[in-house]
Amino acid sequence: MMSIVPILWWIPALPVLAAGLIALLRQRQRALAQTLAIGAMGASLLLSLVAFLHVWANVRRAMPTLEIVNFNWLQIGDTWLRLGWMLDPLSALMLVMVSLVSLLVFLYSTGYMEHDENATRFFCFLALFAGAMLGVVIANSLLLLFLCWELVGVTSYFLIGFWYAKPSAAAAAKKAFIVTRIGDLGLFLGMVWLQTRTGTLLFYDHGAGCMEHAALARLSVAAAASIAVLIFCGAAGKSGQFPLHVWLPDAMEGPTPVSALIHAATMVAAGVFLVARVYPLMSVHPVNLLHSSAMPPTLALQVITWVGAATAIIAAAIAVAQNDIKRILAYSTISQLGYMMLGLGVGGVVVGIFHLLTHAFFKALLFLGAGSVIHGCDGEQDIRRMGGLSKAMPVTFATYAAGMLALCGFPLVFSGFWSKDAILHAAHLWSLSQIPFWLGSAGALLTAFYMTRQVCYVFAGAYRGALDKSAVGHGAPPAAGPHESPAVMTLPLIVLAIFAIALGWLGTPAWEWLQSFLQGQPAELHWAALASAGLLGTMLLSSTLVFAGLGLGWWLYGRRPAQHAAAPDVLEQQWPHIFTALGNGFHVDAFYAATVVRPFAAACALSDWLDRCVWSGAVRAVAAGTQLLARAEVWTDARVVNAGFDAGCQGVTRGGQFLALLQNGRVQRYLRVLTLALIVLAVVLLWRMRG
Amino acid sequence: MNPLTGYLLLAALLFSIGLAGVLTRRSAILMLVGMELMLNAANLNLIAFWRYGPNPAAMTGVLFALFSIGVAAAEAAVGLGLLVAVARRVRTTDVDQMDAMRG
Amino acid sequence: MISPATNLFPWLTLLTLLPAVGALALACMPARKPTLARMVALWIALGELMLVLLLLQHFDRASSALQFVERRAWIPALGVEYFVGVDGLGILMLLLTAMIVPMGILASKKIAERARLYFVLLLLLESCLIGAFTALNFFHWFLYWEASLLPAFFLIRLWGGRARAAAAMQFLVYSMAGSIALLLAFLAIFAGTGKFDFLSLAALAQRGELMPAVIQTLGWHGCTPQHIALALFVGALAGFAVKVPMLPLHTWLPDAYTEAPTGTTVVLTGAMSKLGLYGLLRILLPIFGAEMQAARTWLLWLAVATIVFPACTALVQRDLKRIFAYSSINHLGYCLLGIFAVLPTLATQSAPVVERQAALQGVLLQMFNHGLTAAALFWFVALLEERSGGLRALEDFGGLRKPMPIFAGLMGIAIFASMGLPGLNGFVSEFLIFQGSVPLAPWQATIALLGLLATAIFFLGMVQRVFAGPLNPRWVAMPDLALQEWLILAPAIALLVLLGVYPQWVMSIFNATAVHMVQPLHF
Repeated sequence: MMSIVPILWWIPALPVLAAGLIALLRQRQRALAQTLAIGAMGASLLLSLVAFLHVWANVRRAMPTLEIVNFNWLQIGDTWLRLGWMLDPLSALMLVMVSLVSLLVFLYSTGYMEHDENATRFFCFLALFAGAMLGVVIANSLLLLFLCWELVGVTSYFLIGFWYAKPSAAAAAKKAFIVTRIGDLGLFLGMVWLQTRTGTLLFYDHGAGCMEHAALARLSVAAAASIAVLIFCGAAGKSGQFPLHVWLPDAMEGPTPVSALIHAATMVAAGVFLVARVYPLMSVHPVNLLHSSAMPPTLALQVITWVGAATAIIAAAIAVAQNDIKRILAYSTISQLGYMMLGLGVGGVVVGIFHLLTHAFFKALLFLGAGSVIHGCDGEQDIRRMGGLSKAMPVTFATYAAGMLALCGFPLVFSGFWSKDAILHAAHLWSLSQIPFWLGSAGALLTAFYMTRQVCYVFAGAYRGALDKSAVGHGAPPAAGPHESPAVMTLPLIVLAIFAIALGWLGTPAWEWLQSFLQGQPAELHWAALASAGLLGTMLLSSTLVFAGLGLGWWLYGRRPAQHAAAPDVLEQQWPHIFTALGNGFHVDAFYAATVVRPFAAACALSDWLDRCVWSGAVRAVAAGTQLLARAEVWTDARVVNAGFDAGCQGVTRGGQFLALLQNGRVQRYLRVLTLALIVLAVVLLWRMRG
Repeated sequence: MNPLTGYLLLAALLFSIGLAGVLTRRSAILMLVGMELMLNAANLNLIAFWRYGPNPAAMTGVLFALFSIGVAAAEAAVGLGLLVAVARRVRTTDVDQMDAMRG
Repeated sequence: MISPATNLFPWLTLLTLLPAVGALALACMPARKPTLARMVALWIALGELMLVLLLLQHFDRASSALQFVERRAWIPALGVEYFVGVDGLGILMLLLTAMIVPMGILASKKIAERARLYFVLLLLLESCLIGAFTALNFFHWFLYWEASLLPAFFLIRLWGGRARAAAAMQFLVYSMAGSIALLLAFLAIFAGTGKFDFLSLAALAQRGELMPAVIQTLGWHGCTPQHIALALFVGALAGFAVKVPMLPLHTWLPDAYTEAPTGTTVVLTGAMSKLGLYGLLRILLPIFGAEMQAARTWLLWLAVATIVFPACTALVQRDLKRIFAYSSINHLGYCLLGIFAVLPTLATQSAPVVERQAALQGVLLQMFNHGLTAAALFWFVALLEERSGGLRALEDFGGLRKPMPIFAGLMGIAIFASMGLPGLNGFVSEFLIFQGSVPLAPWQATIALLGLLATAIFFLGMVQRVFAGPLNPRWVAMPDLALQEWLILAPAIALLVLLGVYPQWVMSIFNATAVHMVQPLHF
């Protein structure tokens, strides 16, 4: 049997090729573009499945699960800079997840973007994104990963700004790109530093890669920690972690399938994936290369843990006070990404990736459901102007509810429960502090609460929207009231809903298939593991919190649904100040505007001033000085040199004229003078001879 | 009183008359006449100093005088010639008019 | 340097003369339609490109020696020879110049008055550039270097924008001032050594005999040898720093680039700006290596300033050409950073050779990449000006993606290439430069990273104002790229992508040369 590994590169290459072809199509060749994109994505999914089965077979036969292909890229002196791709359980899982979600979103988009004139371009970017994301997943080189990573970023930029005529969309796209680029600069620096210290950027290279012992052993403690934190900067930017999360809510300006695919399921999870990929570096104690739990967590992991926990609780709190259906989900995504980071920090790759996978499905489901709702309400996104949609859109409601319960972590049935529980359990066992655990738990309560609030607003009660409202932004023709979306949109919802429920069963404490798979071991069934004391406690606690959140949400919002769109929120009536602060995302944007954006603008103005006034000024001063000298010279010439010469000449002339008076041409006068002189001479001589 | 003194006084008087003529007369011809007078005053002196000098036997004074008279004659001839040429050009003999050499 | 073998056919002389002869022929043509003059000039420039490609075919990529060498005695008493030859660096610059000039000619569609003269001057400029990139004796190198100013001056002065007179004069006088400093430095060196050719001077400097010889001739009391050497170095540096340009000697550039007709700007930024960097690498680094080492820290900070300040300044500009002009300075700043970072110091002597190698190769690649990308960007501005009737302020546009999606897409690729997006050419060179500079000059390189961020900010701001947002009603009917334009532009853009994905194609040209250049740079 031919191995899948040498042709693995086709998985990202197919969508990229499709994107290239679509770019050459004309605007109206929409059907062809969709076919190309979906066909390429389907082929990628098939190849991904083959790759996955290949890895699984290796796992079951207890063979080595890591396979790599490296190749020369460019030559620096006598050494080659090499890139490569890899297939291991992590990338196999991610391949399947990314290509499956992408395919579903592509399908969904054919319905959602039906009325958009630029659908061809949309599929071009979407396919390019999928290719780049798959590239991130299989890259065996930090450089190649960074390459695809930035490509992912730029497609995200284009897709956020897809409705470029809207100034807010264009601004949001720019903001997303720049904020993530700030993080990427850290990643770039970390990458360069890593290359300097280890001499390679290949993750695995038969013992010589930078994630392998030989290279890690060469790092000093400080270098390892700094590089790891710098790389985490990139991950934090991409995954919307706390100080750099501001771009993600604004990114909701993009079409909803984009939000589902890029800003919920895949791209934002790339940061988490990156941390998982370089986990050996993150967790290494370079001195003795021990990974044992006896050592305290490394600095990098501590940073990841704290940032993750803070993000989880802050974003969840902000989500409580949002009114835009997509912004609620955006903050929810940030919060969940925080959980993933927390999981990576306290529990390792398995915990974080488990939540990444389950979240990808249920959050994609929620976003697509939200898209279906928006589509059904003719572009309306404000939950206060929805309501009662459960009757109009039954399929959407059912699947959305499944997604919502998965996100809340409804016990035992839904996938979110198992993955979130794994994180909380790991946080509970963390050796340094219990605070991340309590932050996470509080976040779980808030999650259940804000999702209940949203669902009650959207689906319960009566429809509060204006029926004659024309479409905003999305281009759907106005219709009479909310309506169910076409099958091409609901079908992906149903598929995703199934995954949102079932995926959790792959990683329950009783049957840790996922965990074993990632570690390359066959899984076994231990029912008894469920009953272990610590685990049971955590499960009980999180279940209680979930029920409390659901109940509180229902009691506040579901019992008496708001009657009209302008009715103030229940919480707003109670604590208006807190609610406003939360609604504005703790004013982080305003804070950045004051502390970063405006000083930067001032610095730019200063730099421009320097350019115009100082540097150019110096040149102008030199020029002016030269001109001044020239003028002075002209003046000296005219007034001093020339005038002096003239005056001298005149003096000589006048002297001549005076002397000329003596020579008047009259002989007698000469003689008289001569005689006089003679007489004087005679007198003088006589006078002298006297004595 | 030595007879020489008388000759010398006469010669001095003659010279003074000649000089005054040269310096004051407007006419170029009269200036020449003045000059001749001064020359002859000098000749008179030469003769007088010879006659009453320490060695009258030698004929030095006479020779000087004769020579001087010859020179005076030549000078008068040249001077008059020049004068005629100038007078032809400026149509006058008034020396005050002959100032073409002024600066 | 490896002693150059003499070649039989004078390829390089032919290359230098071809555009000049073509220019003469064009000048003798009866003055008729501007289009005809443009087409003739284009064919001459394309012929030149073909020749360079042919030369590249015969160029031995594995060797670092000078190739296609011609060496004839000229004025033996003054040490002047006609001495030309190319190594990897030289042929890279030839390739770039030969590629840029046709782009410049194509971007000069708007020139209608005295078009024949315009293209004659453009071809003469190409001749001078090719001459300067091949000359190995200071004497005729300097002739080309100075002569290149004249066509450029007249191109700006006669066909430029509103403030062209001042801009052209500033450009000329500024460059001349730098050149005079350079000339004085080399005359001093000549007085000391009696040599003009770069190879012998570099060999002398390598053995440490150059400065003593010069000081012996020039030394007078009150001046230490160090002072004299430093003065000579600063003089030579000034000549190149003006050309590159390096802060704070850059102020002529935005004015000149903005006022010049856009086709000329393409050539100025694409090819002519490389003269300065070429001089730094070919002349300053081998001959004044020791002095550069002494001034390394200062030079590095100047390079950082050249990266960061123009990037910030660009953000405040409103004129598209001014924005791209400042971004041009910023991009060449990375080259300066790389060049100065490879200078050896005591602190970095233990750093492996591969880092200097990476930085230097990044510099060479960046020169090539910047030439292509910047030329493409100005070309797009030219196309935009054709359509807008000369308008090019940010406020004049808005929402242009709608009427001209293909234009926006292709220009977007060029912009992202300029921003250093992975997958496009700019990233590879910037990565290599930082790969080399971060370990060699950690602080300066880290601060220079801010330049990357600022670049992204001003480029995206520009894209947002020009292409996104509501469509300015004036441009509803703005025509998109015609098929012909598309076909001409596509190869250039394809090259940007190709070089981003497979940079080895270009890097193999100068790999051996870079290895050779790095050798004398460590203790």
